[in-house]
Amino acid sequence: MIKVLDNCTGCGLCVSYCPFGAITLIDKFAQIGETCVLCGACERACPVKAIEIKREIVTPTEVSKYKGVWIFIEQHRNQLRSFNLELLNKGRELADTLGEPLMAILLGNNVMSLTKKIAAYGADKIYVADHEVLENYNSDSYTDVLTGAISKYKPSILLFGATINGRELAPCVAARLRIGLTADCTGFEINENKQLVQIRPAYGGNIMASIVSKTRPQMATVRPNTFKIGEPNWNKEVNVEQIEIAVDFKTIRAKRQDVVREETITTLNIEEADIIVSGGRGLGSPDNLNIIENLAETLGAAVGGSRPVVDSGWLPHQQQVGQSGKTVSPKLYIAVGISGAIQHIIGISTSDIIVAINRDPEAPIFKVATYGIVGDLFKIVPALATEIRKLSKKRENEKL
Amino acid sequence: MIIVVCIKQVPEIADVKIDPNTKPLIREGVPTILNPFDEFAIEEALRIKEKQGGEIIVVSMGPSQAKQAILKCLAMGADRAIHLTDSLFAGADTLATASTLSKTIRKFVPKFDIILCGKQAIDGDTGQVPLEISELLGIPRISGITKLEIEDRKVVAHREIDEGYEVLESKLPVLLTALKGLNEPRLPNIRGILSAKKKEIKIVTASDLDSNTNQFGLTGSPTQVVKIHTPEPRAGGIIIHEDDPKIAVNKLVQFLKKERIL
Ligand SMILES: Cc1cc2nc3c(=O)[nH]c(=O)nc-3n(C[C@H](O)[C@H](O)[C@H](O)COP(=O)(O)OP(=O)(O)OC[C@H]3O[C@@H](n4cnc5c(N)ncnc54)[C@H](O)[C@@H]3O)c2cc1C
Ligand SMILES: Nc1ncnc2c1ncn2[C@@H]1O[C@H](COP(=O)(O)O)[C@@H](O)[C@H]1O
Repeated sequence: MIKVLDNCTGCGLCVSYCPFGAITLIDKFAQIGETCVLCGACERACPVKAIEIKREIVTPTEVSKYKGVWIFIEQHRNQLRSFNLELLNKGRELADTLGEPLMAILLGNNVMSLTKKIAAYGADKIYVADHEVLENYNSDSYTDVLTGAISKYKPSILLFGATINGRELAPCVAARLRIGLTADCTGFEINENKQLVQIRPAYGGNIMASIVSKTRPQMATVRPNTFKIGEPNWNKEVNVEQIEIAVDFKTIRAKRQDVVREETITTLNIEEADIIVSGGRGLGSPDNLNIIENLAETLGAAVGGSRPVVDSGWLPHQQQVGQSGKTVSPKLYIAVGISGAIQHIIGISTSDIIVAINRDPEAPIFKVATYGIVGDLFKIVPALATEIRKLSKKRENEKL
Repeated sequence: MIIVVCIKQVPEIADVKIDPNTKPLIREGVPTILNPFDEFAIEEALRIKEKQGGEIIVVSMGPSQAKQAILKCLAMGADRAIHLTDSLFAGADTLATASTLSKTIRKFVPKFDIILCGKQAIDGDTGQVPLEISELLGIPRISGITKLEIEDRKVVAHREIDEGYEVLESKLPVLLTALKGLNEPRLPNIRGILSAKKKEIKIVTASDLDSNTNQFGLTGSPTQVVKIHTPEPRAGGIIIHEDDPKIAVNKLVQFLKKERIL
């Protein structure tokens, strides 16, 4: 329910803030039209707090009005990073279990070309909000548009990637709609009441919690690299509905002045990499970083590090693994000269295979390692890189 | 400059245990600390105050033991604190927590300029509470900052992104969440510790905020934990001891081939 209160001064700010063109001024008083989707942009724009939106917590009878599984597609410079495809695959499975459609919502600028891929990886329908203001992620416009779309189309489930932006956007949307949100999930089930059971690690992975939401949509952010990517079907029909919006740069409150790309950051993001080679204090000096970088290159892996390595400035913070850095879950994690303190282990415990290379047989990392080599990293790591290079050469030759 | 810093007392991760009969967390006897990310938040507040003057108000919701974390902030240099403590607050999810905290801020510190929070709490690891507070209070937010400058009622902050950082500018009031790298938190000194004991810690309960107490704690939470289990601890695997690194590496490569990772 949306109401304009008597203290409306007719300033018209809400008219220019409304992304859905739903407000007009009549006799210096804001009138809310039929295209209103309760996104809340006007409420936050109004300087005299004359717009009031009452959001009902969804009652059991209303739950049935919410249908369909939605995936928030996070494009990045008009590219789809792989976690989007993982979410589509998991979403497909949930939608099939529920007997409901899988839908994607895509925000960006000139992003129509991405819809074919999104459909191929599973979406039955794609909602697109295409506008220059949405070219780069910003929490204000993205929250306005997404909240509006949710209020209008009423999905029953909405999943986001647990990326830097996904983990900022999802709580903003959840709070505006006054609904529940579960962070960084690693598993989902549909229970006998057709509710989404959201499973996530907490307390550093020491416990797993299963969580359900009373509100709709049931929202969660999903840890990248947790679910498989499905087989694409390029013949799948692409069904697109454009969301008509009129967002404006002036509605963005935290304005982006600049983006600085740091050269030292490797192009491969550790949260999404299949293989990570991480170095610890055992490397001894930043000059020895090339030892792990070399191995990483051979494997097509990302490079990570323990906290001391990052604190000493050998690697940027983005590459720190662990409690005060990132939680990763690659297929293969190679810990080189890392002792395996609990704060580090917390960040890697959902990896498929952990390999540890450490000269101290008592190092705690061996307690969690799938395979460990006790020995000097300066000898072992180069030998490993050589061996793997030999192996890939051999395979190439076999192919020829 | 009126700065609110939201802080949380958390268990020291390593020691969290769960009852073997899959019952709730054993919290008794577990050492607790001020959430590490919140130290960056409080430190940044102190630095702003040192430059521009003002007042720092610490707000924390938690059981009576949370007083320790509050005292630490006061010892570091915060001016006063609000401690939200009531059994009605128990079991709050992120939205209920954010809603309780924003009601408190609106009622007791309505003229704030900046709210500083930690990027996330190491127990729940959600990072949702601060963003939800910003939305409930209707103010802009910048999450995960590693650098901050304030001038002419404007903040300019570096927000960490995958490939580096973006520079964002916002007017006050604004909510910011602190990431590692923002600063080096100070240790409280003896004088600070002594003076902390004399500083005001206002106790606030549910009925101080709203007569309708259904909206707090577990009953006010849209999400509900239905099950908690301990995952199989990662078992240690095969450890290779070989004097010759070549032999060790060969063995490892064989294993990784078998796993089809190579
Ligand atoms: C609040 C808090 C948050 C933290 N967050 C994190 C976090 O996010 N990530 C993190 O990693 N840590 C974190 N830590 C720090 C953590 O407790 C450890 O101090 C840290 O992980 C140790 O890093 P390391 O293993 O590289 O170094 P060390 O513990 O010094 O280990 C170096 C290892 O290298 C081995 N070694 C040395 N030379 C060789 C050689 N030539 N060949 C083979 N092996 C060799 C040694 O045997 C040793 O085991 C945190 C700590 C706190 C208190
Ligand atoms: N109970 C609480 N009391 C005060 N601040 C909190 C509380 N819970 C979370 N916060 C703040 O929100 C941040 C992120 O916490 P979380 O969203 O729980 O990961 C923390 O670093 C605190 O700054």
